[in-house]
Amino acid sequence: MSAAESLFDKLWNSHLVKAQSESTPAIIYIDLHLVHEVTSPQGFDLLREKGIGVRRPERTLATLDHSTPTLPPDANGQRPYYTAQAHRQVQALRDNCKEYGIEIHDWDSPYRGIVHVMGPEMGATQPGMTIVCGDSHTSTHGAFGALAFGIGTTEVGHVLAKQCLLQSKPKSMRIKVDGRLPENVTAKDLALNIIRYLGMNGGTGFVIEYAGEAVRSLDMEGRMTLCNLTIEAGARAGMIAPDKTTIDYLRGRPRVPQGDAFEEAATVWLQLASDEDAVFDSEITLDASSMRPSITYGTDPGMSLDIGEPVPRADSKSHEKALEYMGFEGGQQMSERNVDVVFIGSCTNGRISDLRAAANVLSGRKVAPHVRMLVVPGSESVLRQAESEGLHEIFSTAGAEWRLPGCSMCLAMNGDLVAAGETAVSTSNRNFEGRQGSGSRTLLASPETAAASAVLGHVASVSDLDSVEIS
Amino acid sequence: MQAITKLTGPILVLEQENIDTDQIIPARFLTATDFDGIGEHLFADWRLDANGEPKPGHVLNEPRARRSPILVGGHNFGCGSSREHAPHALLGFGFRVVISSQIADIFRSNSQNVGLLPVVLEADQHATLVQMDGEEITVDLEECNVVVKTSDGVEHCWPFSIDPFARHCLMRGLDRFEFLNQAEDAIVAFEENR
Ligand code: SF4
Repeated sequence: MSAAESLFDKLWNSHLVKAQSESTPAIIYIDLHLVHEVTSPQGFDLLREKGIGVRRPERTLATLDHSTPTLPPDANGQRPYYTAQAHRQVQALRDNCKEYGIEIHDWDSPYRGIVHVMGPEMGATQPGMTIVCGDSHTSTHGAFGALAFGIGTTEVGHVLAKQCLLQSKPKSMRIKVDGRLPENVTAKDLALNIIRYLGMNGGTGFVIEYAGEAVRSLDMEGRMTLCNLTIEAGARAGMIAPDKTTIDYLRGRPRVPQGDAFEEAATVWLQLASDEDAVFDSEITLDASSMRPSITYGTDPGMSLDIGEPVPRADSKSHEKALEYMGFEGGQQMSERNVDVVFIGSCTNGRISDLRAAANVLSGRKVAPHVRMLVVPGSESVLRQAESEGLHEIFSTAGAEWRLPGCSMCLAMNGDLVAAGETAVSTSNRNFEGRQGSGSRTLLASPETAAASAVLGHVASVSDLDSVEIS
Repeated sequence: MQAITKLTGPILVLEQENIDTDQIIPARFLTATDFDGIGEHLFADWRLDANGEPKPGHVLNEPRARRSPILVGGHNFGCGSSREHAPHALLGFGFRVVISSQIADIFRSNSQNVGLLPVVLEADQHATLVQMDGEEITVDLEECNVVVKTSDGVEHCWPFSIDPFARHCLMRGLDRFEFLNQAEDAIVAFEENR
């Protein structure tokens, strides 16, 4: 009998083109390569330099998301690009896709969206696949039982040219989360708790498999949120074994096999789960029932606390620098902090369930007058679904701006910015210095917490709203 | 890609832990379609004011910063996004080596791909090194060691380990793509057999 294998082992072994040796890395085959405008141009240049084409255009899928504006075109149909260079970069992707025969989801596509929102929605992301993209949050796709990770631009070129990557096998970690998350504690809170536990480098060198009752009971969107944030603990990939929830989500999506072929594929996918006695390099068990709604207070995603806890006192120079940048003092209550901006969106929390959760909090309430709130759907599909449910009206009535899909305020390169010194409660994934604009201060939280903070105008959780009447 | 065998110069220390790629090169500088001139934006928000003028007093604005090929960063250097612009910006500014007690996975492989040498030392060695701003250091990739001779006569020699293939390519300035390219038969066989 062959040795017991983990989900990760199975994916790694079934994609080995050439095994690792003492002096050379492994070569692994890539099933799906996602491409966006920012990290691809120099990858395509590699092809030109070498005079070769894209090996498997049918395994490559492109979208516009990072540097695209989220405001509509003007009367002449001109999109308000932040800079001419951003516009040129989008045009470069368009040209490259045309030249090499790659499917691109441009402005006119009903599927265009943030790369990690679009892939799963189209059913392009499937269990058992290896998936890469020039973007660290590619870990999102691991929610489907895929081995998915971010790569650099040189490697984008390698995959375009050879559909393969040079890799050394990472170590494996399993994080089992027992019990159930309490009411109002979301997948985002679970992820923030895990990153707080591991620290932002605790996952370095590992691929993490999430397991346990709390993980199994998440829906696919929650699982994506969890896997998305895996990179924030330093691990390149997070994954969850496919189960009925996975299969039900995928059935009928445009890029999966249809009819009987789908059910056949599903049978194979369900066998990918880690064998019972599979061995991991590291095993961690956490308890979901003790977790609470969380928010970050510092300048990395590991610096978070349960809402209601005081800001911890600095215990190192780096910690001190972080508190200084954020304008917090050790011992201070987070609720004392006024919020200037609230952002609902990104590949972490820009899916339909996230917008529903935020709308649910905002329904019948108003955004505090001093708060600017942006709601940015993760894709055109999310936008359509939200509008069909009337969510956009709830947001507008509450005083929030309803925008077009894109990365928006997650990173400061498309014109959606938080000004220097301002505090944003954001559903995105990074609270690094200046991530949302030079001098901006970011507090990461769930859509529920972000919406509650928008209503009260200061850091707050949903339970703090009980005192606010619904009009 | 320029080969790296042995480099000597004054150490430049940025002690902060968790220096992420958004600090190394903020997102607003990622809209170019090439890497030309990107070194001028290295650590832009730390080093430059709102008008793009150097902030007086920042260590990276001292003239010696441009003469130092070796940057020592705090623990967990290069975390965050996969942007290859980060090692390109460091190279463009003049660095050839980054030393820390931990280097993030994607940043490390990106660095190796573009010819920036990532070196990881033990925590106590790194703690000693961050106290040695400005001292002369030699990083020897042939011997896989770091040697510091301080001005008061103390000498340290610390070995480091590096992936053998990365070392092979960095020492010769080899493009790793060639290795992939030579595996064409294996790739074809894989595609046919699956
Ligand atoms: S939403 Fe943010 S993290 Fe996600 S792909 Fe866009 S920029 Fe990257």
